Amino acid sequence: MNYNFHWRPVMKALPELLEAALLTLQVAALSMVLGVLIGLGLSLIRMHMKGPVRWLATTWVELARNTPALFQLFFFGFGLGAVGVHLTPYLIVLIALTFNNAGYLAENFRGGFKAVPDTQIRASRSLGMTAFQAYTRIVIPQVLRIVYYPMTNQMVWAVLISSLGMLVGFRELSGETQFFASKTFRIFEYFAITAVIYYVIVKIILGAASLLSKRLFRY
Amino acid sequence: MIEIRNLHKYFGSLHVLKGIDLDVQKGEVLSVIGASGSGKSTLLYCINALEEIQDGSVIVDGTDVHAKGTDVNALRQKMGMVFQQWNSFPHLTALENVALAPKIVRKMSKSDAKEIAAQQLKHVGLGDKLDSYPSALSGGQQQRLAIARALAMEPSYMLFDEATSALDPELVGEVLDTMRLLAEEGMTMICVTHEMGFAREVSDRVAFFHQGQMEEISPPEEFFTNPKSEHLQKFLAKVK
Repeated sequence: MNYNFHWRPVMKALPELLEAALLTLQVAALSMVLGVLIGLGLSLIRMHMKGPVRWLATTWVELARNTPALFQLFFFGFGLGAVGVHLTPYLIVLIALTFNNAGYLAENFRGGFKAVPDTQIRASRSLGMTAFQAYTRIVIPQVLRIVYYPMTNQMVWAVLISSLGMLVGFRELSGETQFFASKTFRIFEYFAITAVIYYVIVKIILGAASLLSKRLFRY
Repeated sequence: MIEIRNLHKYFGSLHVLKGIDLDVQKGEVLSVIGASGSGKSTLLYCINALEEIQDGSVIVDGTDVHAKGTDVNALRQKMGMVFQQWNSFPHLTALENVALAPKIVRKMSKSDAKEIAAQQLKHVGLGDKLDSYPSALSGGQQQRLAIARALAMEPSYMLFDEATSALDPELVGEVLDTMRLLAEEGMTMICVTHEMGFAREVSDRVAFFHQGQMEEISPPEEFFTNPKSEHLQKFLAKVK
């Protein structure tokens, strides 16, 4: 093997890489917040509504879960681009990740709602709570605990698949790495360091989730 | 006062309550007994509108429970309900379980709600469990927690749906004692129960349900020593 490793250019670019890592984290976190809200809505629609609205929600979940994430990204990038809707790379990635997260989370939430007995709602209503109060105060807090670890996994997944963003020109961590790697031809070195950064980000997310769960779920 | 007139309830094609007429006076303790599926629990759910009815009426303190435009949430505050499966809220401490509805339904301040919750938990003998989560409580304690939770709404009526049926035998006593205490304090109570001793000792009247009909209602002495309905005679012979 006569490849000479050169780490200096990578180290020089480290501040830019870390900045890009923050962008990765930001778009992933934002897509999770939106994904949780939309996923919650999708699961409730699928459980309680009929007709076209339910049909739309089911289609969303089916497409998000059963097609490659890369195709979903391309759809919001090149697909919409082909019909004249041009979004910024940031928006393309955010929308695609949100679409994907919401689909997966909707199914997790549905399982969570099924795991909370109906009698919890009955008991809440018997105390004079409205249906909305029963859901927000009694049911959803219990669902969130049930789906907490699947949700953590989804957050990790969002960070990792955001790397596909470089294929639509988004300069998040992978896009930035690709940019520097092709400029300096130190491809292995750049991607090795970036892999380490991804690893650390994921470990931080898992550690934070575990700490947070101890605070949130005392029961 | 609760006035039930010609109450009919169907689950699909199943006729569960077939024309019930019943008055419950303020301060009265009524026990309802009967075999499973006789409609006695459904009666309770119809009284506080957790189930819709198909005919007849339920009037509580002059308000028609099932009339269009009736504020059932306001009405339910008058009627505390205790379930067979105690249904404590697992994500809240005992104190939070009891304080929640006073806070968000009665719009009490946080401190007032906590105060009334602590008071009611002491009332049912759980004064030392305020910060415990339900998972750390026994079935009997969870059922007393459920009673405290209902009482914190300061209801005029308490509806008990087989409150002791799901408990281990050694835990039944503590819940019955709590119910007895409420009866002595003058609470108006409708108790669907399988506890014949309790029905006999605590109730003012006992009703017998058979296949969706109320076949007999009388004071406990007469009810247990001189039952008129043939079905009740058979039922009492079996449970004795």
